[in-house]
Amino acid sequence: MNAPTIWIVAPALIALLLFAIRNQRALSIIGGTITVLLAISAQFLPIDEPLILGAYSFKIAPSLDVFGRSLTIQPAEGSLLAVIYGATALWFFAAEASGTATRIVPYGLLITTLMVASIAVEPFLFAALFIELAILLAVPLLTSIYKPPGKGVVRFLIYQTLGMPFILLAGWLLAGVEASPGDVALAAQSASMLGLGFAFLLAIFPFYNWIPMLMEEASPFIVGFLLWILPTMTIIFGAGFLDRYSWLRSSPQLATTLLYAGLLMVVTGGLWAATQRHLGRIMAYSSIAETGFSILALSLNARVGIPILFLLIPARALGLAVWTLALTVIQQSSESMRFSSIRGLLRIYPFAGSALILAALSAGTFPLLAGFPARLALWENISRVSLGAAFWMGIGIVGLLTGSFRSLAVLSMADEYTAWELREDWLQTIMLGLGMIGLIALGLFPQFIQYFLANLPAMFDRLGH
Amino acid sequence: MSTLVWFAVILITITSVGLLLARDWRWLIIFLAAQYFGMLILILQHWPMGMASVKVVAGWMSSAILGMTRSGLPREDRTERHDILPRGRLFRLFASGIVVLIVATATPRVDAVMADAGFAVTTGALLLVGMGLLHLGVTDHILRVTIGLMTVLAGFEILYATVEGSILVAALLAVINLGLALVGAYLLIASNAEPEQEETEAL
Repeated sequence: MNAPTIWIVAPALIALLLFAIRNQRALSIIGGTITVLLAISAQFLPIDEPLILGAYSFKIAPSLDVFGRSLTIQPAEGSLLAVIYGATALWFFAAEASGTATRIVPYGLLITTLMVASIAVEPFLFAALFIELAILLAVPLLTSIYKPPGKGVVRFLIYQTLGMPFILLAGWLLAGVEASPGDVALAAQSASMLGLGFAFLLAIFPFYNWIPMLMEEASPFIVGFLLWILPTMTIIFGAGFLDRYSWLRSSPQLATTLLYAGLLMVVTGGLWAATQRHLGRIMAYSSIAETGFSILALSLNARVGIPILFLLIPARALGLAVWTLALTVIQQSSESMRFSSIRGLLRIYPFAGSALILAALSAGTFPLLAGFPARLALWENISRVSLGAAFWMGIGIVGLLTGSFRSLAVLSMADEYTAWELREDWLQTIMLGLGMIGLIALGLFPQFIQYFLANLPAMFDRLGH
Repeated sequence: MSTLVWFAVILITITSVGLLLARDWRWLIIFLAAQYFGMLILILQHWPMGMASVKVVAGWMSSAILGMTRSGLPREDRTERHDILPRGRLFRLFASGIVVLIVATATPRVDAVMADAGFAVTTGALLLVGMGLLHLGVTDHILRVTIGLMTVLAGFEILYATVEGSILVAALLAVINLGLALVGAYLLIASNAEPEQEETEAL
C-alpha cells in the first residue's frame, strides 16, 4: 500500500465510476462522503511509519513509481491533502443544492486528484503537465455539449494551456542556472519564462479577462470551484520553485516582482469589483484580488509569508463556496445577475442574499469574518515591507468592500410593501445557513483551523523553516 | 540527415502557413497531419524512433478526431461567421512573413541556450510556436483555436524533446495532445448545438 494509490489513483478510479450515476442527491452524498474520508485519512494516517492494528502492522509507503518517475506524498503533506479534500467536500455536499452534482462531482473529483498528483510528481516541475490535464477536464465541466460555448471558456483554454510550455522550459533553464550561478543572462531568461508561465496559470494581470467572462457564461458554482482549486494548487506549486532554487528564493528582484504583481491584482480586482453592475463579475474580480493576496503572501519573508499563504486557503474555499452557491440560487430565478434584474431579491431569497453579502464582505476583509484574520496578518506584514504597498492594498480592499455594499444596496432595494418570503428550498437553506455560520466561526475563532494548518509549512524543505 | 532535417523545416513552414491561409477544413486537417510528420523528423534528431513515433501517432490521432468531428457538422460551421478580425489571405501571409522574420532573428540566440538542439530543429520549433501564436491571435473559431494550440504545443514539444527524454513526459504530452483534440471536438459539437437540444437536456 502506498500513499499515491490511496489519495490519487483510487479517487480517480472512483471518479470514473461516478460518471455512471445520474442522481444528484446520490452523487452529492457519495462524492462528499468519499472526499471527507480522504481528508480524515490524510490527516490521521501516518505515511512512511509503521501502523499497528492489533496483531497486524502495515506501513503506507510514500512513493509510487510510474514510467521511471515517481509520485511521492511526503508525511508533511498529509495536512495539505486534508485541507484540499476537505474543501472539495464542501463543494460536493452543496452540489445538490446548486443542481450541478452530475457534473461537478465526477469531474471535480478527477480534477482534484490531478491537482494532488501535481504536488506529488517527482521531478516537481512535471506538475505543469498534470495541471494542464486538469484544465482540459475543466472545459467539459464548464460547458454543455448542448449549448454554444462563450468566449470566456475559449480564452480560459488558451491562456491556461500556454502556461504549461513556459513552466516546463523554465524548469529546465533553472537547472542550468543552478549549475552556473554566475550566468546572469540565463537567470534572467529562466525567471522571465517562469514569470510568464505563472502569469498565464494564475491569471495574473492582464491575463485574467476570461474570469469575468466565465462568470457570465457558466454556472457560478462550477466556476467558483475552479477559481478555488486551480489558483490554490498552482500557487503551492509556485512556492515549490522558491523552495527548490535558493538563488530564486534569495533574489530581491523576485520579491519586488511578486509584490507588484500581487498589488496590481488586488488593486485592479478591487477597483473593477467596485464598478461592476453584475453580481457574477463582482465575484470574479474579487477572486482575482484573492489570488493577488496569495501572491503578496509569497512576496514576504518565507517565515511569515508561507503560514499566511496557508491561512488564506480555507477562508477562500469557504467564501467562494458560499458565494457561488448563493449566486446559483439567485440565478435560478432571476433572468440575469445584473443589478437591474436582482433589485430587492433579499426579500424573497433572504438566505441566498445574506450568504452572498457575508461572503463578499469576507473577501473584502470585513472584521470578524473568515477572510479577516489572514488578510490582517498580511496587511500588517506588507506595511513592514513598504507603507506604499500597504496603502495600495488598502485601496484594493476598499474597492472590494464597495462592491459588497453596492450588492447589499441593490439586493435590499425592494418596494416598500413587498412581503418577506423564503423561496430557497430546505437543502439550499441548510447549506447556505451552515456556510454563513462557517464564515462567522472562521472569523471569530481562526485558531481552530490552525490544527490543520500548523504543520503545513513543513512540506517545504527550506521555506518552512 | 541534415538535408532531411531542412526538408522537415520547409515542410513545417509550408504546413503552418497553409494552416493560416486555408479556408476549407479538409485542408486544415491535411496540413495538421503533415505538420506532425515534419515534427517526427525533427524529434528523431534526439529521440529513438520508438519514442518519437508516439508524437506522430498522437498527432495523427488528434487530427483524425478533429477531422471526423468536423465532417459530421453542417457544411458551414456557425462559428466561422463570427470572425471579426481581418480574414484576407494577403494579411495572413504578411503576418506569417513577420513571424518568419522574427524566428530567423531569434533562432541563433535560442539555439545558443538550447545547447544541443541544432539550428534546424530550433528553427522548426520556433516556427511552429510563432505560427501557432499568430493563429491564436487572429481567430476565435474553435477548430482554428484548437489547431493553433496544437501547433504551439508541437513546437514546444520539439524543443523540449532536445532536453528531456522521460517516458512519463512523452506519455503525458501525448495524452494532452489527444485531450486537446477531444476538447476541441467537444466544443465544435457544442458550438453547433441547436437551441432545441438545450431544452431536451433540461427535460
